[in-house]
Amino acid sequence: MSFFERLKSGLSKSRERINESLNVLFEMGPDVNPEFWDDLEETLVLSDMGAPASDKIVSELQDYSTKKGLGGAGQVKKALVEQIAEIFTPVEIDPFTQEKSCVLFVGINGAGKTTTVGKLANEGVERGNSVLIGSADTFRAAAIEQLDVWGKRANVEIVKRERGSDPASVCFDTLDRADELGSDLVLIDTAGRLHTSQDLMRELAKVVNVTRKRADGKYRVFVVLVLDATTGQNGLQQAKEFNKALELDGLIVTKLDGTAKGGIAVAISHELELPIYKIGVGESIEDLKDFNPDEYAAALIGEKQGA
Amino acid sequence: MFDNLADRLQGVFDGLKSKGRLTEEDISKAMKEIRMALLEADVNYKIVKDFTNKIKERALGADVLESLTPGQQVVKIVLDELTSLLGDTESKLTLTSRIPNVIMLVGLQGSGKTTAAAKLAYLLKEQGRRPVLAACDVYRPAAADQLETLGNEIDVKVFRGDGKDPVAIAQSAIKFAVDDLKDVVIVDTAGRLHVDEAMMQEAKNIKAAVKPDQVLMVVDAMTGQDIVTVVEAFANEVDFDGVIISKLDGDARGGGALSVRAVTGKPIKFVSMGEKPDSLEVFHPERMAKRILGMGDVVSLIEKAQKAADEKQIEDAERILRDGFTLEDFLKSIKGMRKMGGLNSIMSALPGANKLTQGADLDDSMIDRMEAIIYSMTKEERLKPKIINGPRRARIAKGAGVEVYDVNQLLKIFNDGTKAMKKLQNQMGGKKGKGKRKGFGGFGKMGGMPDMGDLKSMMDKLGLK
Repeated sequence: MSFFERLKSGLSKSRERINESLNVLFEMGPDVNPEFWDDLEETLVLSDMGAPASDKIVSELQDYSTKKGLGGAGQVKKALVEQIAEIFTPVEIDPFTQEKSCVLFVGINGAGKTTTVGKLANEGVERGNSVLIGSADTFRAAAIEQLDVWGKRANVEIVKRERGSDPASVCFDTLDRADELGSDLVLIDTAGRLHTSQDLMRELAKVVNVTRKRADGKYRVFVVLVLDATTGQNGLQQAKEFNKALELDGLIVTKLDGTAKGGIAVAISHELELPIYKIGVGESIEDLKDFNPDEYAAALIGEKQGA
Repeated sequence: MFDNLADRLQGVFDGLKSKGRLTEEDISKAMKEIRMALLEADVNYKIVKDFTNKIKERALGADVLESLTPGQQVVKIVLDELTSLLGDTESKLTLTSRIPNVIMLVGLQGSGKTTAAAKLAYLLKEQGRRPVLAACDVYRPAAADQLETLGNEIDVKVFRGDGKDPVAIAQSAIKFAVDDLKDVVIVDTAGRLHVDEAMMQEAKNIKAAVKPDQVLMVVDAMTGQDIVTVVEAFANEVDFDGVIISKLDGDARGGGALSVRAVTGKPIKFVSMGEKPDSLEVFHPERMAKRILGMGDVVSLIEKAQKAADEKQIEDAERILRDGFTLEDFLKSIKGMRKMGGLNSIMSALPGANKLTQGADLDDSMIDRMEAIIYSMTKEERLKPKIINGPRRARIAKGAGVEVYDVNQLLKIFNDGTKAMKKLQNQMGGKKGKGKRKGFGGFGKMGGMPDMGDLKSMMDKLGLK
């Protein structure tokens, strides 16, 4: 199954719903069927895009369809895909294809940071990069051991200290080691934390500052928020707090292989002007994919495009 | 911060005050706000629809239309409905007589199962149980290590088995528990997606093999709309008996909790509030309802103040039961009377005092006089009125600028009040005496709370606030 098919099949439920609705639309015309627009809004709300955003998208699409005199379901679909795709902030610099880059992964507990680091390490190795992992989650029980297993799978060295040690100093050591090894890609895992915990957010800000300072222009430092696709409206609040404390560079959305659509990522990407670098669409090591807004929007709506 | 529902509805209804009554259109506007508040809290779209329809019906009732503050009235209706939806069934964790009891935890990846397992073990241990944790997540790297570390921290044994076959590990954990005299086995399973057929089958297999007394599903408080699909699948495939809501120490409103209840009917048993092992708390439907509506902060604040006030009140009541009613208390009650207004009505509420007030013309000057008399007493006299003899009465009268007669009258009122109180106390089954430090504990056999209520209302009448 290709990524597109997989993503599409994951999103098929909503696609079917929209298809049904659009068939109705096709018969009745776009301007006179409130039920259709309600259903469309429902689909968007159910994707976790948020009620105000969904309202806005639908009413804009309504205006647009009327103005342009869109006749058929296909045209309305296409317009919606374009509209959703445009909401995303585009990726300008991909942290994983830079010459020398150091990426810090942050996020709340259970978002999938450690797994993402493991997958990206593997991806980097396959691309021929010299990868180094830093294990700065010194808090959670067995986080270091978990990362160790991933490191072995990808055949990547890990810089670690014992549980409970200072995460900022692990980052410092990691970059020391990266200098020694001449690594191209440094991936640093941090401990999950709720954005409401001020102490832990301050600690993380220190970790990021130390890393930025130590990188000293030799490595370009990226701070990436890992977001679970099942997250609801609180995701925006999370992202805002992390962004405020750390000045995020972008997002990775995980767990898109379930039935969750990750609609909150649309809002986050748009509102905080953060690009989405990767999406996780499966359990296996190669299931972390580049994010393509057109494909994503198309898969959500059920319209084939590109791929 | 989020707007809370009360504020939002206030906005809707403010403009309507001059109209004097609400139309159906006004109610519809209010429903729109309620809808937005619930959607913002991640309550599922369909459930919001049903819920607002229900609220609308109730809100259209006359009680709201005639209410002076329709906004608050509507909030109350929403809160009531939400609360009853969230928890009108028993939600305690009930262990059966089977030894060992088996509790199995299921959920999505990253929902917090392993952490919840350790917290549950800690809770049971605190209750005098001897739990063992079974590490049945063989997929996530180092999951068993994580559980073992957490187990060590709370001094609970973690059974790891061969680390390969989850069904076998769970089964062996039970055997281990029997041999090692443990009475509860908590089975921590791997996180799984509800659409992963093989993994759902595995959960079913574990369940069939160990026949858990309870299957608890761990649900992340931050989950969005998709929660409905997830819990439906888990309910249909594995089935579970209750829910633990995790990560509630964040600021997510946790509307998913409502969705879980509405879709599966399963009770929410615990909320998990932090990283520490003792942060698993019993679920309170009303608190959750308020949180969903964004009224959380205000409520907990009021709750705190309320608690402080109650504690003071209970302390006073306890002391009176222990040491008897003193003139200090009487002074407090007099002060309370001032706040409450009319003296006649208050005196009639004071046990035994009504007899004395019959025919007597009471006015507020009498309160002043009583106050002055007590103020003229020494601390010792106030606490032990029995020592007030003739010379003391004369001195007090002089100090307060009244006649000895007035002092006598006050002491008589006081003595009669004390007697009446004792009588009441005996009726309630509590006996004054030494070693009664337990205070209200002694009322347990009499039915606990209702007696406290009686006492409290009595205290209220006395103005002991």
